[in-house]
Amino acid sequence: MVDHILAVSDLTLRYGDQTALNGISFEVPRFEIFSIIGPAQSGKSSLLRILNRTIDFNAEARVTGSVLLDGEQVLTTPHVHDLRRKVGMVAPLPVGLPLSIYDNVAFAPRLAGVKNKGDLDGLVESCLRQAALWDEVKDRLDQLGTRLSGGQQQRLTIARALSHSPDLLCLDEFSIAIDPVTTMRIEEVLRELKSKLTIILVTNLIQQARRLSDRTLFLWNGSIIEQGTTEAIFSDHPANSLTFDYIRGAFG
Amino acid sequence: MKPAIARSSITPRFSETPAIARRLLEERIARRLLAGVLTASLVPLFAILIYLVWQAAPMLSWGFLVESPRDGMRSGGLWPALLGTLYLVGAALAVATPVGILASVYLNEYARPGRFSRIVNLAVINLAGVPSIVHALFGLGAFVAFAGFGRSILAASLTLAVMSLPVIIASTTEALKSVPQSFREASWNLGATRWQTTRHIVLPNALPGIFTGIILMVSRTAGETAPVLFTGAVFYKSIAGGDLFAYNLLDQCMALSVHLFTVSTQVPNVPEALPYAIAVVLVATVLGVNALSIALRVYLRSRKNW
Repeated sequence: MVDHILAVSDLTLRYGDQTALNGISFEVPRFEIFSIIGPAQSGKSSLLRILNRTIDFNAEARVTGSVLLDGEQVLTTPHVHDLRRKVGMVAPLPVGLPLSIYDNVAFAPRLAGVKNKGDLDGLVESCLRQAALWDEVKDRLDQLGTRLSGGQQQRLTIARALSHSPDLLCLDEFSIAIDPVTTMRIEEVLRELKSKLTIILVTNLIQQARRLSDRTLFLWNGSIIEQGTTEAIFSDHPANSLTFDYIRGAFG
Repeated sequence: MKPAIARSSITPRFSETPAIARRLLEERIARRLLAGVLTASLVPLFAILIYLVWQAAPMLSWGFLVESPRDGMRSGGLWPALLGTLYLVGAALAVATPVGILASVYLNEYARPGRFSRIVNLAVINLAGVPSIVHALFGLGAFVAFAGFGRSILAASLTLAVMSLPVIIASTTEALKSVPQSFREASWNLGATRWQTTRHIVLPNALPGIFTGIILMVSRTAGETAPVLFTGAVFYKSIAGGDLFAYNLLDQCMALSVHLFTVSTQVPNVPEALPYAIAVVLVATVLGVNALSIALRVYLRSRKNW
């Protein structure tokens, strides 16, 4: 019996009369990297916004179905802010909050009421270390996070997402704004993090999904075309010919 | 027959074709015209300031600022009016700034976009255009009569506050909109509530813009005559010259704008320079308060984080 951290079933999302996700179901095993691939507008980012309920800020959105995170219903939980702390979120373009590097990472712990300077210092250091950024910034923690380079900022947002010790880390096309070398460093970071938490990786880079993930889900026009182990999806004979075409670059 | 190669070697590479020449001419005309319009709009401004100071020069002195009027307003200073204006603007600011900012925060950060917030926004914009004499009448009815404050600094400054609320709400809204949505989203992703996001991320970055609104409001309220004339300003009030705490909130007071009006129209045989001197003090007061806010704004912008 596989231990699933996330179980999505019959999830439908509509913006007004437009359907963004069309009754999708999938499960994410704990301590694995789970990739979601698919062309733009296929509903990948919307799916992540449902997972931490930031979809609520879109007045148009209507969500039905069921999303269980650790057995708890995400869609109806009254503890939205606690939910968001269980789900780390990394956006496509790195958004350093207009605060110092230290304060960026200490933001969420402070909101949760951590005041002790020693505790905060330790937390900030360990998060920055896990995101492979500590050595580059340890001497200038009071510098503005927004002044860092793109790749550093993206690692800062990863450190920030780790600061509230999530069980699930979601990355939405984290590499579109950064160079290949930094991308490889971050991929290395993700492989290490896998031992402590579960990672959902939304990506346009098919080879990235192949390199990193244990399982892959192919989403197209709001429907799941195919899902399975990355090995099976990327084999010469995936179950659906659409998957084969997409992976070989015939479209998308 | 000349060979083609010879022709290309004598033609300059960037020749001025008729089309280019016309564009350059248009460009020259546009530049002169725009510069001329700018000059034309600056001249009256400086002319007014220079004329005012020129006419007021014989009366201007430190004593003029800190003494009370004498001889039925014909000599002495204008301390009661200067202090009255400072009290009125200060009290109006103290009420309108927090209320306006918080109202705008609700509209932008909390209210769902839709018919309600559209109507409120429209109402705010239209309220900003209501003539001050209408606010004066409202203040007379609401604060002087109904609330029972009588004609007083309190009633007058509340009237000014009501008058300047729309200006503050509108400018705060602009300032809040200028903070990138991605900052809010990043903060929400970290589990911050709307209030935590507003308090720690949005407001600090909107402050410079909010100050712009307050500067506008100070300029407008300090010069208003009708609202304070209806609700709390008097022709003459005797207070100790130079005393900063000479008024209390339920007193009536003098105000620079009203003082200027009465001295110019109601008092016979005033020295010619007196109205101009009052005007110079009024303008200088507004500019002084503005300079303070602008300095604060510049300081905040220098700490801008993105």
